Amino acid sequence: MDFLTLIQILDSSVRLATPLLLACLAGLFSERAGIFDIGLEGKMLAAAMFSAAAAAITGSVWLGLLAGIAASLVLSGIHGLASITFRGNQLISGVAINFLAAGITVLVAQSWFKQGGRTPQLQGDARFEGYDLPFAESLGSIPVFGPAYSELVSGHSILVYVAFLAVPASWFVLYRTRFGLRLRAVGENPAAVDTAGVSVVGLRYAAIAICGVLCGIAGAYLATALQAGFVKDMTAGRGFIALAALIFAKWRPWSALWTCLLFGFLQAVALRYQNIDIGPITLPVQLMDALPYILVVVILAGVGGKAIPPRAGGEPYVKER
Amino acid sequence: MKLGETFMTLMQKFLGAAAGMALTAGAAYAEPALIFDLGGKFDKSFNESAFNGAQRWAEETGGSFREIELQSEAQREQALRRFAEAGANPIVMAGFAFADALGQVAADYPDTKFTIIDMVVDAPNVRSVVFNEHEGSYLVGMMAAQASASGTVSFIGGMDIPLIRKFACGYAQGAKAVNPDATVIANMTGTTPSAWNDPVKGSELTKAQISQGSDVVFAAAGGTGVGVLQTAADESILSIGVDSNQNYLHPGKVLTSMLKRVDNAVYTAFTDGVDMETGFNVMGLANGGVGYAMDDNNASLVNADMQAAVDAAAAKIASGELAVHNYMDDDSCPALTF
Repeated sequence: MDFLTLIQILDSSVRLATPLLLACLAGLFSERAGIFDIGLEGKMLAAAMFSAAAAAITGSVWLGLLAGIAASLVLSGIHGLASITFRGNQLISGVAINFLAAGITVLVAQSWFKQGGRTPQLQGDARFEGYDLPFAESLGSIPVFGPAYSELVSGHSILVYVAFLAVPASWFVLYRTRFGLRLRAVGENPAAVDTAGVSVVGLRYAAIAICGVLCGIAGAYLATALQAGFVKDMTAGRGFIALAALIFAKWRPWSALWTCLLFGFLQAVALRYQNIDIGPITLPVQLMDALPYILVVVILAGVGGKAIPPRAGGEPYVKER
Repeated sequence: MKLGETFMTLMQKFLGAAAGMALTAGAAYAEPALIFDLGGKFDKSFNESAFNGAQRWAEETGGSFREIELQSEAQREQALRRFAEAGANPIVMAGFAFADALGQVAADYPDTKFTIIDMVVDAPNVRSVVFNEHEGSYLVGMMAAQASASGTVSFIGGMDIPLIRKFACGYAQGAKAVNPDATVIANMTGTTPSAWNDPVKGSELTKAQISQGSDVVFAAAGGTGVGVLQTAADESILSIGVDSNQNYLHPGKVLTSMLKRVDNAVYTAFTDGVDMETGFNVMGLANGGVGYAMDDNNASLVNADMQAAVDAAAAKIASGELAVHNYMDDDSCPALTF
């Protein structure tokens, strides 16, 4: 493998890791506040469809992004209503959101655009173009560092940089602000937070709102940056891989970054080399595709330290019994 | 009279009328039915082609047909039985995956005629239509190798099944017939049905193939192909569409489309109606079942020499002078390793 190939694979890893990272951070906020969210997939899908639709109608990708976030927030609100206000089962609510999104996206797209549940192809300003960082051209000639900077770091869509900046931002919010402390506490011991006079319900709604915004960006990235429109079921299970990444990262922002990059890298390698020949045996591409899930099982089995979920996760908070 | 009562009376009238209609209709005229596979009616590809055939029949004859889009694997047998019970005849299903369900259902409705596309079901009331996709793929493979400047062309399949390998194998043979030194890169998107609807992965595969030198990519991958064609257009290489004519998706950037005339198969089945001849039905180059698309969108990309060479090969294949290896005959491909 030469240097340029490596750069290309890493470049592909970054593109593939971005939606995972955004969805993973979304799940992180939600689960840290004690709300399990397996509806990440559905929220991304809804955001993908509505961002592409709004971008196609208005011709502005930024309005598309807003529409995607709004759609994702609506689904977050439904999840909150069911699992926070009405204390329903969070897993069932999440499954329902996935089904709802899978059906409603195709239905709405078909009724608006009559293209078989797709949105029209986005062109020009209706799409996120690659964004060249300063000096990408002039530094490109420096050996090793040059191509790494101009090919790998520069030239991505702006949402990629947003996703990567969201990591330190999440870390700061969760570990260095009062809001973050309370948010984490509400996922560990909501009764203590309540005793301190802070609203458990309010904090949990805030957490799923952040989750909705991040999922919205992830969906918009799929439909308006990586692709030029929405296609039925285009998230293709990325919301679930993000959940796997969240467990692998043990619910921590920086670990989430490395995990998502690792999963993105595994996918990129699998796409580049279908079957990997290592001496006597050939690794089939299916193994590479399954590796994220295998790794999660390994982690859950207790290899490399225990993965302990937030203690109050999945439990609706009841003030008095 | 109260609103509710009015409604009830109306309902009763309608129901009575509908029952009467059904009795008379069943005796005199049977509506044909079409069942789409999971890709959905408007996939701009296989299922849409089937729909176009049915639509053409409806426009020409003024008839109407029933249709359903499946949402899950479990609905296959149910949909078949519902249509058969309702008296639809013939019932056409678009997709290889109906084989098992049809095998069980066909015997229960001996008076109903079924047509299955892309698979063979051996029953007295079933017509099995299969296409020689390897022949059509051979032709677009030739065009790819002629249009390629780098000598490397590539293929992206959807789900890794023998049918899709058949496309890949024909494509590779065609490319190597033009340029024996051509490199053919073949990738599959995945091994689960989600591989038909993953344009993001299609895009990444295309980029990976471009970085390996490919400058013409052929996508036989359903909705994933949308991502392939998009990325090919963005990165200024040529692409080849599949099943329906996809040249219009990116005018001037789609070299051609490998046509699989599913519409003809549906149209013929509907036209034959209840008197349809059953049995094995192969649609290849010889009887217009497969081909390649030429229109205004790709006219500038295909020169006269290319077209002449491809048409000559098509004539040879049709006459049997030139045999294209079919991957599904022996699960191997002389021109490509998977």
